[in-house]
Amino acid sequence: MIDPKIDFRTKGVVMQKRRGSLKFIVSVATVSLLGLAHSASADTLRLLTWGGYAPENVVTLFEEETGNTVEVTKSNNEEMIAKLRATGGGGFDLVQPSQDRIAGPQAEFGIYKPIDLSKIDAAQFIPSMLEATKGNTTVDGEIYGVPHVWGTSGLVLDTTKAADVKDYTDLCNADVAGKVSYRLKRPTLIGFAFAMGMDPFAAYGDEAAYTDIMNKVEAKLIECKPNVKTYWGGGDELLNLVRSGEVVAAMAWDTGGWKLNADNPDITFVAPSSGALGWIDTFALPAKGKADDAAYAWINFVMQPKIAAMITEAAGNFTASKGADEFVSADLKARYQASFPPEAVDNIKWYPPVPAGLEAIEGGVLDRVKAAN
Amino acid sequence: MRDGTRLGFILLLTPLLLWLSLLIIIPHIDMFLVSLRERVGVGKYEISPANYLTFLQEPLYLWTFMRTAVMSVLATLITLIVGFPVAYYIAKMAKGRIQSLLFLLCLVPFWVSELVRTFGWMILLRETGVISSLLQYLGLIHGPVEMLYNDAAIMIGLVYTSMLFMVVPLISTLGSLDDAVIEAGYDLGGSGPSILWEIIIPHAMPGIVSGCIVVFMLSLGNYLTPTMLGGKDSLWFTELIYSQFIVRFNWELGAAFGFVLLILSSFIVWATLRLTGQTLEKTMG
Repeated sequence: MIDPKIDFRTKGVVMQKRRGSLKFIVSVATVSLLGLAHSASADTLRLLTWGGYAPENVVTLFEEETGNTVEVTKSNNEEMIAKLRATGGGGFDLVQPSQDRIAGPQAEFGIYKPIDLSKIDAAQFIPSMLEATKGNTTVDGEIYGVPHVWGTSGLVLDTTKAADVKDYTDLCNADVAGKVSYRLKRPTLIGFAFAMGMDPFAAYGDEAAYTDIMNKVEAKLIECKPNVKTYWGGGDELLNLVRSGEVVAAMAWDTGGWKLNADNPDITFVAPSSGALGWIDTFALPAKGKADDAAYAWINFVMQPKIAAMITEAAGNFTASKGADEFVSADLKARYQASFPPEAVDNIKWYPPVPAGLEAIEGGVLDRVKAAN
Repeated sequence: MRDGTRLGFILLLTPLLLWLSLLIIIPHIDMFLVSLRERVGVGKYEISPANYLTFLQEPLYLWTFMRTAVMSVLATLITLIVGFPVAYYIAKMAKGRIQSLLFLLCLVPFWVSELVRTFGWMILLRETGVISSLLQYLGLIHGPVEMLYNDAAIMIGLVYTSMLFMVVPLISTLGSLDDAVIEAGYDLGGSGPSILWEIIIPHAMPGIVSGCIVVFMLSLGNYLTPTMLGGKDSLWFTELIYSQFIVRFNWELGAAFGFVLLILSSFIVWATLRLTGQTLEKTMG
């Protein structure tokens, strides 16, 4: 009935052949117990990340170079935090939550451990992005995250059928009625708030002001609900909806739009006039991670420009690796430049850290929107 | 000798006891304790019934709760109405290989996962899907029609998902009904409906009740089908529990919701058994 998605996997244990069967049984039992107690040997990196962030070819290169093995588990922000919370920060050695989702959960649940910056090759990072992430993931003077992949969410449009959609609120226009989709999650609330001329980020510290903004957004989203075909849940679901033509305008990630653009030039990602919402996914160490050296090795490995470019090809998003752009394919660069003229880049609204407790306000709004008729 | 059998009894019972205590009883106690905590500050908690009060005071949660219960009951009834003739045909009218074949056909959809079955329904029902395209091709409708993302779609999915769990117990109880009893009913001048009502249904009652209990529980606790087929209007109680646990990080409220659902399902099962005059031993035995 309830699946808190707790991951109880333990490492497979290598068994050696023994002569006596009793001896064998005893040793197997002992080794399995040891296996339960120390669920990872030092050279296995259990990575909890997003789809596309640890492509097969990169993992193979890393394993060849360092001798470590990598176990990849794909997830999303909420599930990452829920999994770490369930185990008190155990079960994984390296996780990749967004930078705004580190400080709050760390203060509340203590699921991460500080990053030792001396073990990270800072020269490989784009300096401004590294500094911004460090600032946003600082709790009690300790730094908990360094940047990896960044991207934005905005509008994915079929430009032949939804040319008038310029901003999130235009999704409620009559001419796209029934052909609109967005997620019922916090980015939608934030995006609509900006499009309605408010600044939710400025109200992060003030619960009353934030509640006020959210109430206005709630009214707008309920009014807009008849326009919506369905609230999408996963990236593939949205791609299918747009590809089949059932949806012509959606709030979505930039990569989704670029993927669709490769199949159908009419469809592309557009930065809304109130500004695209920018996120940075980070590297963070879980509190009970057991292979920190392998984790640091992985961070330094994937931030090399050539490797980072391979991740960009797989994930579709650019990384915080300095100089990786020149190794990225021309197609992807062209799509990026078409969606983001310089002024749109400057207009990106980067998510500040979410204070603990805001989710409860947003949760109530989302539940009520979902229930409205 | 007696000691030997006792040891055997204990050994045989141990896995069951371990299963029950480790996987069911202890987690539930823990969840109950979590549901009684209230967050009062960053990382600070107090014992209070606040989560249960939130459930009772927020009309949205109560409404979703009622809706889930009513739709599950409805899905159970529809499954019974659809499943009974099927089970009757397989148990009583089909013979030999046909019987096995029909039974196998009921089983086949369950060889793939629920996710695949639900995707199958999405392919059929969506605006650019099979049924919509077929109707347009036949000229019965003009322009695509959306059949997904509404309550009817949820109902179809629930009934389809739980069909097997209704048909199997019905087949086994109907199979134990002696044909001679039905013939005797006709010989004594009974009509079709009266025989169905006075002989077949009373005999099949334990199967009907156990099938209904299983289907009801499956529907009430289903997450995938309502979420995927219901789309923007799905609103299912398990969805609320999931979002409290995973999206909102509010385990306390989620645990309270879980307990409320447990109480509801236990109550409805109890009420069904009382109303039909069945006991758990009779239906499950």
